[in-house]
Formats: sequence, C-alpha cells, structure tokens
Amino acid sequence: MNVRIIPRMDIKGPNLVKGINLEGLRVLGKPEYFATVYYEKGADELLYMDAVASLYGRNSLLHIVEKTAADIFIPLTVGGGLRTIDDIRAALRAGADKVAINTAAVHNPNLIREASLKFGSSTIVVSIDAVQRSADSYEVCTDYGRECTGLDAVEWACRACELGAGEILLTAVRREGTGTGYDLTLTRRIAEALPIPVIACGGAGRTEDVIRVIREGKADAVCAASIFHYHEASAVACGKADFSDEGNVTFLKTGKVPSGIKPVDLRDLKRTLEAGDIACRMCA
Amino acid sequence: MSENGQESRTAVSAAIVDYGLGNLFSVSRACGHAGMSPVITSSADDILAADIVFLPGVGAFGDAMDALRRADLVKPLLDYAQSGKPLVGICLGLQLLMSESREFGVHDGLGLIEGPVVRFDNPREGDRALKVPQVGWNRISPPAGGPDWSGTLLDTTGNGEYMYFVHSYHACPASPSTILAISRYGDREFCSAVRSDNVYAFQFHPEKSGPAGLEIYRSAAKLAAGLIEQSSKRNITIESCQQLSAD
Repeated sequence: MNVRIIPRMDIKGPNLVKGINLEGLRVLGKPEYFATVYYEKGADELLYMDAVASLYGRNSLLHIVEKTAADIFIPLTVGGGLRTIDDIRAALRAGADKVAINTAAVHNPNLIREASLKFGSSTIVVSIDAVQRSADSYEVCTDYGRECTGLDAVEWACRACELGAGEILLTAVRREGTGTGYDLTLTRRIAEALPIPVIACGGAGRTEDVIRVIREGKADAVCAASIFHYHEASAVACGKADFSDEGNVTFLKTGKVPSGIKPVDLRDLKRTLEAGDIACRMCA
Repeated sequence: MSENGQESRTAVSAAIVDYGLGNLFSVSRACGHAGMSPVITSSADDILAADIVFLPGVGAFGDAMDALRRADLVKPLLDYAQSGKPLVGICLGLQLLMSESREFGVHDGLGLIEGPVVRFDNPREGDRALKVPQVGWNRISPPAGGPDWSGTLLDTTGNGEYMYFVHSYHACPASPSTILAISRYGDREFCSAVRSDNVYAFQFHPEKSGPAGLEIYRSAAKLAAGLIEQSSKRNITIESCQQLSAD
C-alpha cells in the first residue's frame, strides 16, 4: 500500500493562508502557484479548504479551483462551507474530484448518505475536527474548532462511514499549525476502527512527524501544510507581489517561519519516506 | 473559415457517456488537454457518431447497469463497440464491460469482455489487513507472458508507472489475452487494465494520474485520429475506384 502525501491549502479570498489552531491566518502567497509546484513535485492529491466560508456562509473558493483544475490532473478535494447537494455539485463542476463536508454533515448526517448515493462514496470525504477531552476521549467540533458538538470523534467517524463516507479527513485542531506533531492516539484509534481510509491532519512540524503518523498512527494518507508552504514560500522572493490590505502579511514582510516548523521540500520528504521503507509514489 | 472547416474534420470528437452517475468533468478536461473535443452526453446518436467513446462511472455496479438501461444506452454502446472505433472504460466503466459482477448479488454486465467482477479478497501486507476500497496510487505492469504494450493505449506508459485507483472490486478476465495490465494490492494481484481489439478499459483513473495518465489520453486521441485518417483514405480510394470504373 502506498501512503498518500497531500498538501493542504487553506484559502482566504485570493490567498493561501496558514494559521495556528486554524486562527490568526497569515498570508503566504497565491494558491495557484503553490498548487502547480506541488503537482510538479509529486503531490498525490491536493486539498483546498475555504478558511472563512464556514463562518460567513460564503464561498469564494470555486474560481480558484476552476483555474487550477484545468492544468492539474491529480485528485483535488474541496472543502469549507459546503452545505447542500447543490454546493457539492458546484464544487465538482468547478473541478473538484472529491468534497470534504464537516459542519453540514454534523448538523444533518443524512447529507452524507444523500451525497454518497448521488455522487459515489469515493467522492465524499467527511472532515472531522477533533479536540481531546480526556486521556481517551475526543470531541467533534465544527466551525474551525469554535463550536463543540458533544459527539465522540470515534463514534462519529464510524457513523459517517456507515452513512457512506468514502474517506475521513481527521484534524486534531489543537495541533493544527503548531508543529508539535500529529495526534497519534486519535489517528490510530480512528484508522484502526474504520474500513475506509483515514487522512491524518494537523500538527506536522518536521519530516519525522509524518513518519510517525504513518508508522504509529496507522494513517492511510497524510495532510501537511506549514512544512511544505513555508519551504515553497521562502523559495519565492518575498515582498515582490503586492499583498497590501490582504490580511496578516507578517510572513511576506519578514520571511520569518514560525517556531516549531521545519520546512521541507515535498520531493525530499517522499525520498525520506522511501528510504525508511514507507512505500509512496515517487515521481520521475 | 476553410481552415476551421479542415480543423473540425480532423479533430477527434470524444463522447463521454453520462448516465447520471459520477463526476465526468475531470474526464472531459483530460480529453480537452489531449486535443480532443469532448462532449458529455446521454444521447445514443452522439455516442454512435463519436470518434472515441469514454465510459466512466463511480458507485455500485447494479445501479450503474440499471441507469444505462433506463437511459436506453446498452444497445448503442454495444453497437458502437462493433464499429471498430475505440471504446474506453474507466474505473466502474471497466467493470461494466465485463460479463457479470458479484457486487451485492449477481448482475449482468455489457459482456464485451468475458469474466466476472469480484471484491478484493482480504488483501494483506505482512501482518496488516489492507483497507477495501483501495484508495491511492499503485503501479501497473504488463502481465507476465502476456501481450506487451506496444501499439496499445499504454504504448508510452512505463512498466511500473503509478496510477490513481479508487475501487473495492476488480475484473477477472476469463482469457489472459484480454488482460492488458496487472497490479498488486498487498498480497493480491489483480487485473488493472483490459483490452479486446478496440475495447480498452482501466481500473484506475488516467485523468487523475498526473502526466503519466494524460499520456494515455494522448495515445487515445492519436489512435482515434489515425482511424479517422484511415477511413477517409478508404473513402477516397472507394471514390476513385468508382470514378475509374465510371470512366
């Protein structure tokens, strides 16, 4: 089995952004640039998340997807603020191969069933944001970790699977953007409980974290953002493009990578995995 | 204008069969990228008139066959397959070409290739049970002792190339000569592409398999364009023979 490495791109307006615990979003550049670079470097899939749609109920991501889908021929998953069958159809029409649904699925679990019957299970990724509550319990939250649901993460993952989810995108919200490593316990629990693939997300600070979530967390696929984005962003001459009035441009101005993040080239990361006997797709 | 006219004569028209299941846009984009003129259609006329037909599909086998029957597309597809023009099945589209599937009971398929479609039988890797569906990248190779890929849609594909798969079931062609490619999922070897004359099918998604997948679409465009050229040459020959005998 080949593990999949998936750069996660959080989008706010026209920009690729990255925060810590899904907050304090910093502008890193234009998503089209990053998407092309990751495609060329052998990303196995790409994940686009609209960083604000779930809060404000708007959806500004689809034209970015449309632009990238024309030249990128690996699976694209789109999430953030998709609430209805029509939203899902619009995302697929714009060029998504899969959609990630989160808040809407929690509020209306039947959406998972309806969407998987309509578009096929393999198209429907259920995104679960989890927060640790005790040594062995995790709670599902929505709206980027702001709203608690009272649902147990493992139970909800099993339910989503029964309803027809094709994959689970599992984010440990408290790890997100911190570089402190994936939540291995959470990932392993859900990956071992489910017959469908689990994509681990949240916490990658260095290559070793990715290796651990595959070996110890039993992740079927791994999402990472900061480690890849900061590598590519430092490769771009900062301060050239005009990003004024586009939010928090600290990184663009200073080029300062957050502490805890050790950027890595996607290709080098895959070489390291292969050298460690973790099978993954290598690109020529 | 005459230039446009010439272009439209030589452009390959690709019909992507729409029977209400699955996401056809990525297939359409890949066709366009490879220089074909794609149309997503559920019309029998469009299918029969096309230079190449793609049969995609996701979901359950039984539902897909029911949908093809409801849309009155079974006969047009079988008629098209007789035409000698390329028919390309993708993912569930491969499985539909087989004679039957054992997904939730036994269902008849289109029967263009003999053999059943079966579920992955508890694939394992070392002491670890692998997940079904298989979701992700896997290598494809020519079957040992089987036909090689020269002159096929995999002509430019390297042995061991990675392609993107999403499936729980796979075809078991009765005749080894119809197996175009094989792959391994853990300890299980399975058929990942089939071919019988002008009928091709891939269990993976070439349109989601990066540059290597796009090469397959380019080969398909080339094959279809070659057939158009051949048939127009044949027409010219027939016309000139008729001319000669009239003289």
